[in-house]
Amino acid sequence: MKEDLSKTIEGSFHIVGGDFIRAGEASTALKKQLIDLGIEEETIRKVSIATFEAEMNIIIYATAGIIRYTITPEEITIIAEDMGPGIEDIELAMQEGYSTAPDWVREMGWGAGMGLPNMKKNSDIFRIESVVGEGTTVEMVIRRKKDDHSRNSREA
Amino acid sequence: MTVGEIKEALNATVVHMSVPEHSEILCACATDLMSEVLYYTRNNSVLITGLTKQQAIRTAHIADIRVVVFTRGKEPDAQTLELSKEKGITLLITPYSMFTACGILYEKGLRCCPE
Repeated sequence: MKEDLSKTIEGSFHIVGGDFIRAGEASTALKKQLIDLGIEEETIRKVSIATFEAEMNIIIYATAGIIRYTITPEEITIIAEDMGPGIEDIELAMQEGYSTAPDWVREMGWGAGMGLPNMKKNSDIFRIESVVGEGTTVEMVIRRKKDDHSRNSREA
Repeated sequence: MTVGEIKEALNATVVHMSVPEHSEILCACATDLMSEVLYYTRNNSVLITGLTKQQAIRTAHIADIRVVVFTRGKEPDAQTLELSKEKGITLLITPYSMFTACGILYEKGLRCCPE
């Protein structure tokens, strides 16, 4: 049965740093929930990509983190908060191609320096705060485009 | 190009087929960098990659890519194969290198996903 989209829906995922085996499961679960809710395709794509990049950043750089989401009729908000090394120079980290990822991460297909720019690209509102030695919090708001075609009938 | 035409052109082995072979593929992305996949691809595209790990399948699923081609004949491990079945991602293996695979598909009319 479909959930009632007129209400606010909230949830969260705990992410463990370094857990490449389960990497992407949180984003995949959120994507499935959005499909089940009948959210329009383009919104799902933006939320999924932005959340996946945030999830990967926690796995690559942090000890642990939590991803919280809020779904309202107007917008979807994702807040990714981690206990990690923090970012010294956020402006530099936002540049496409800049990365501090170690080689083993690059061998897994990540660390191209596109993560934060990709989160920003897919968000209508993007905020980032970081304290070196403590962690980083990213907030992303994706506004729903309700005139898009729904993807109710598509499978996860 | 259709999935079937891509399979033929790349002399590819089918590991898992989850879409009809006549499904139309609109554009291609060739990279081993998963963030590039997320940044540049569109729906109904094919990912050509040498990264034969679960991450390639997860990324394809998130980006709504239905077909992934592994290059240089590299076989996926059991977990990667299982994930491709679970997520409904068609998985092909071509004996060609990424460069050659891209060249063949370009010659057949397939183009890069918009940059």
